[in-house]
Amino acid sequence: MPPRILILTVSGTNRDRDAALACELAGGKPEVVHISELLSGARRLSSYQMLVLPGGFSYGDDLGAGRILATDLLYSLGGRAQPAEGASALADTLAEFAESGKPILGICNGFQALVKAGLLPGPIDGRNGQLVTLVGNASNRFECRWVYLRAEPGSPCIFTRSLDGPIYCPVAHGEGRFIPLDEAILAAIERHKLVAVRYVDANGDLAGYPWNPNGSVANIAGICNEKGNIFGLMPHPEDHVFPWQHPRWARGEEGASGLALFRNGIAYAAQF
Amino acid sequence: MRLYRVQVDLKPDQIDWRGQALCQEASTLGLPPIESIRVSDLYFLAGELTLAECHRLCQELLCDPVVSTYSIAELTESLSSGPSVGHGAQVIEVCLHPGVTDAEAESLIAAARTIGVLSLSAAATGTRYVVHGALREQELRTLAERLLCNPVIQRYSLGQIVPELPLGQVGHGEKVEFIPLSAMGDDELERLSRERVLALSLGEMRAIAAHFARLGRDPTDVELETLAQTWSEHCVHKTFKALIDYEEHKAGRVERERIDGLLRTYIAAATYRLDRPWVRSAFTDNAGIIDFDEETEVSFKVETHNHPSALEPFGGANTGVGGVVRDIIGVSARPIAVTDVLCFGYQNWRFEDLPPGVLHPRRVFLGVVAGIEDYGNKMGIPTVNGAILFDDGYLANPLVYCGCVGIAPKGRHRRRAQPGDAIVMLGGRIGRDGLHGATFSSAELAADTGARVGSVVQIGNPITEKKLLEAIMIARDEGLYNAITDCGAGGLSSAVGEMGKEIGARVELEKAPLKYPGLDPWEIWLSEAQERMVLAVPQEKLPRLESICRALDVEMTVIGEFTADKSLRVFHKGRLVADLDMAFLHDGLPRRHLKAIWREPALRLEAPPERKELSHIVLALLRCPNIASKECVIRRYDHEVQGATAVKPLTGVANDGPADAAVLRPSYAAHPHRAIAIGCGLNPRYGLLDPYCMAVSAIDEALRNVVAVGADPEQTAILDNFCWGNPDLPDRLGALVRAAKGCYDAALAYGTPFISGKDSLNNEYTDPASGQRISIPPTLLISSIGIVPDVRQAVTMDLKGAENLLYVIGTTRDEMGGSHYGLVLGQDWGRPPALCPDGPEILRRLHRAIMAGLIRACHDCSEGGIGVAAAEMCIGGRLGLEMRLGDVPRSPDVQRADIILFSESNSRFLVEVAPEHAEQVEAHFAGVPFACVGRVSAEPTLKIWGPDGTVVVELPVHELVKAWQDQSYERPRPFTA
Repeated sequence: MPPRILILTVSGTNRDRDAALACELAGGKPEVVHISELLSGARRLSSYQMLVLPGGFSYGDDLGAGRILATDLLYSLGGRAQPAEGASALADTLAEFAESGKPILGICNGFQALVKAGLLPGPIDGRNGQLVTLVGNASNRFECRWVYLRAEPGSPCIFTRSLDGPIYCPVAHGEGRFIPLDEAILAAIERHKLVAVRYVDANGDLAGYPWNPNGSVANIAGICNEKGNIFGLMPHPEDHVFPWQHPRWARGEEGASGLALFRNGIAYAAQF
Repeated sequence: MRLYRVQVDLKPDQIDWRGQALCQEASTLGLPPIESIRVSDLYFLAGELTLAECHRLCQELLCDPVVSTYSIAELTESLSSGPSVGHGAQVIEVCLHPGVTDAEAESLIAAARTIGVLSLSAAATGTRYVVHGALREQELRTLAERLLCNPVIQRYSLGQIVPELPLGQVGHGEKVEFIPLSAMGDDELERLSRERVLALSLGEMRAIAAHFARLGRDPTDVELETLAQTWSEHCVHKTFKALIDYEEHKAGRVERERIDGLLRTYIAAATYRLDRPWVRSAFTDNAGIIDFDEETEVSFKVETHNHPSALEPFGGANTGVGGVVRDIIGVSARPIAVTDVLCFGYQNWRFEDLPPGVLHPRRVFLGVVAGIEDYGNKMGIPTVNGAILFDDGYLANPLVYCGCVGIAPKGRHRRRAQPGDAIVMLGGRIGRDGLHGATFSSAELAADTGARVGSVVQIGNPITEKKLLEAIMIARDEGLYNAITDCGAGGLSSAVGEMGKEIGARVELEKAPLKYPGLDPWEIWLSEAQERMVLAVPQEKLPRLESICRALDVEMTVIGEFTADKSLRVFHKGRLVADLDMAFLHDGLPRRHLKAIWREPALRLEAPPERKELSHIVLALLRCPNIASKECVIRRYDHEVQGATAVKPLTGVANDGPADAAVLRPSYAAHPHRAIAIGCGLNPRYGLLDPYCMAVSAIDEALRNVVAVGADPEQTAILDNFCWGNPDLPDRLGALVRAAKGCYDAALAYGTPFISGKDSLNNEYTDPASGQRISIPPTLLISSIGIVPDVRQAVTMDLKGAENLLYVIGTTRDEMGGSHYGLVLGQDWGRPPALCPDGPEILRRLHRAIMAGLIRACHDCSEGGIGVAAAEMCIGGRLGLEMRLGDVPRSPDVQRADIILFSESNSRFLVEVAPEHAEQVEAHFAGVPFACVGRVSAEPTLKIWGPDGTVVVELPVHELVKAWQDQSYERPRPFTA
């Protein structure tokens, strides 16, 4: 049985179908589910083995990109380990889903929401809550361009295990610049190897704009939690799953390198 | 009830990217220099809210602790003075007018409930700007009024602002006027048309007066406005349907003819004569539709939003995209691509030279691009094709063409409302925004237009439209409606009037949901508030539609029902406010009878002396705004979302070469490799010499673009969008007739049908000082959509490898009229490019060669001719090229190197071929003009020899790149070298 994958949508989600197709190609069974179906009880989180928070502009970026989706995750879907007053009465919570080790992937707006909910990087050195953020690109504008991502060796991230080469895929965002709360948080993230992917140039080396398309600190493109089952990144690997999507396919370059992340996640999800 | 003011500031060490962008835009207002603008968010929170709860809202919802800090002040009757802003800084605060929907505040209240703060009962948002710079109060007000505050929905204060929080019910206005047409003479009828922005001619006003005289009563304002909308140029294209007496003065002869409608005689006639079986819908629906494969169809529509964009560039372009996307939803299709073609004034105008009331072209450019970016990106539709042209003629009337492509399963689009069906409005609420859009777009601009018709500017909300789209896709698949149309120009009056045309409709206006109180019935009926669709829904299907809408958070309102009485009856609280006969509404418009004259301008035919050193010309052309890279714009549009973009707008070894057209592979399920190509063609410079040549050349270019990347010319359709001056002036209309003739001839020659079209007329501006009328250059955009049988065979324009051979396809003629060579030289001469008889065969042969995998790179020759095409191929591949102009196929009179290199003759391509395919390719092209003219070199230099064997161009590729990437878009300086 291919693992069932929940692709969560809310008002303003827009790369749900891209993510679903990537999951299907990687051997999963994706279902695009609106949050109202979880809240009404028509569907249950616990019936799925993997969760994808796709890209888009959830709630029109009201109150900041990903902010309201973050409160949905924490409260409506029970993403907090200790349910607060007023939290969801859902029997199966996002906290249990994450705790059980099932993989969660946040792409672009999904990453912004995971970060703002404090689910990424998660509690670290005794500090919790929102420890990092994603703000306006250093170029001061929306950027749609292809970037190379280097998977960092030693990271616990289950999505980026043993990749054979860099991932090449587009970014498409106005607010993707990764910033930690302070130097200590950055040091802790590095020490725990929570940086899963960094922006690099065509040779695989750290480089500035446009290779690092948004001015992210330490070229950080995506991070995971300590367990490695929650992973978020700004770029869109789901938009490079066919060879002809490669911008230089007509020049004979090999493509579809975004698929590997989904294959890893889905292979891992199969155990649950 | 307690009221708090929350201010969220960026920490001092954070870059204020919003403020920086505003500073950049402020530089286009002609104000003294502004050092910086710091932006803070304001939230006003009301309710039985404790200070502790207020802190919780700040910490969990309002403030990003990594980059921001917040402060809370409880507002009492006397305002606190607020935090000090320091010496030399001034404060502007902006909030929404009372009653305007504050979507973010609504989101805030909902999110507060989500986190368990139930005592927040009302909220409002605002923005605070701290401006550093030596601005006097009046300049500060200019900054606020032009940039920071949209007066339609917002107000500002210099210092702290206090918003009115939304309270209680939203009520309706009551006022319905009878307009005493029966007592009016001709002068009064004309004045009424002008003052109410009805844009009706005297003849049309008289027809309305006569109709009501027969009924023995005067019309209500609701009725008069409904007629004006329905009869507007925007809605019925009366110029394209008019009877025209045409005179053509050419070569000393005068020819006269009577034309029975331009649409019927030329544009649609071409489509009907061609009768292509794969055309599913042309000129009848909201969009043209062709077959994609056995089960699927693709639709394409291009609209213009010129007038709104001239007054409020962001809002105008934003809702232009939103509107054309709704056209596609209106044929029950899912949007898969957005296109945009923009025409602006050159970017280096001095403020003191701008005519009164005209925005700086830089401000128009920045606002329009930001508006397109906002809508397309947020809806998740890739913006994949377009063009940006610059000419001083677009200074007062910028052009904004917005296109949308959609895909749908065949047979699901239902188009007949039935008597008894509920009239259902879905989507946004109604406000005063966008009143009179249809009639306004049919009138001319003047210096005070912005102040006079402020409320015509519309406000977009792409997320509302995205929700609407998803609800309608489900409703379509479940067959929940009998007909659908978008609420565009004319609002409900056009949508309901059109859907009920054959049957009748009854509407109860008080049911319509409003954004804020005080709208009179005619305003509700005409409002062009965005993101609304009207559906005809069988009564038994209403509950299912309601449950879909509830789950997806889409507002749904039943506002009436379709009837069988062939009349349009509009009620407000039980009172009949409009009672119109559908037959008069749709057929009562008197046909226009217009006069048109075209005089061939005196062309200068004598060429300037030949130039021998052409390297500088190549660089000047690459820098020319119409040719130079548009990367700074393209990268702001998401062209990858939906994962279907195979040939991207920028291509080549460094992802920065100019692709001829976009290729999309839209449907994985049915045909994993079938794709579509989307392109466009326009060249208004030819139109100034001969609109006929402009039309045939635009069609040729639009076809060249899509065929160059792999589209089948036998399965390609086109769309026409005419942007013109005032058609009541015989010379403007004469040019339009001449262009329509070109459309007909070229469409038949290529066997390419038109599937949709739209015109935007009256693009003129009257300078109040001189009384001088300025018309735009007549501008015809042709958009093309073609089937690419196999995406894996798609070809890009970048050179691929050293030692490959370069061929020219097509004949180069002495056609320098309107050329960009003439533009950079500052002297125009010669005839513009004509239709090329070999064109159709060239396209067919090229397509077969591409599908056979014989072509490594292909680029069409357009602005700047072979010279620019070759340079762009070098840029794309970062490879060199050696080229011999003596071998270029050409007419016998063409011997000069500069003419061979820069003539813009139609139906020409440069193609790169691997040496092992040379023999096969040469055999394949036997019989059409075709020749090997050079080879690709590893040394990155473009080197070109003239027919006499001397070197005329020698340029390193990095210099080509540098010139082409100059993106200042300033008026080319006349060339002196």
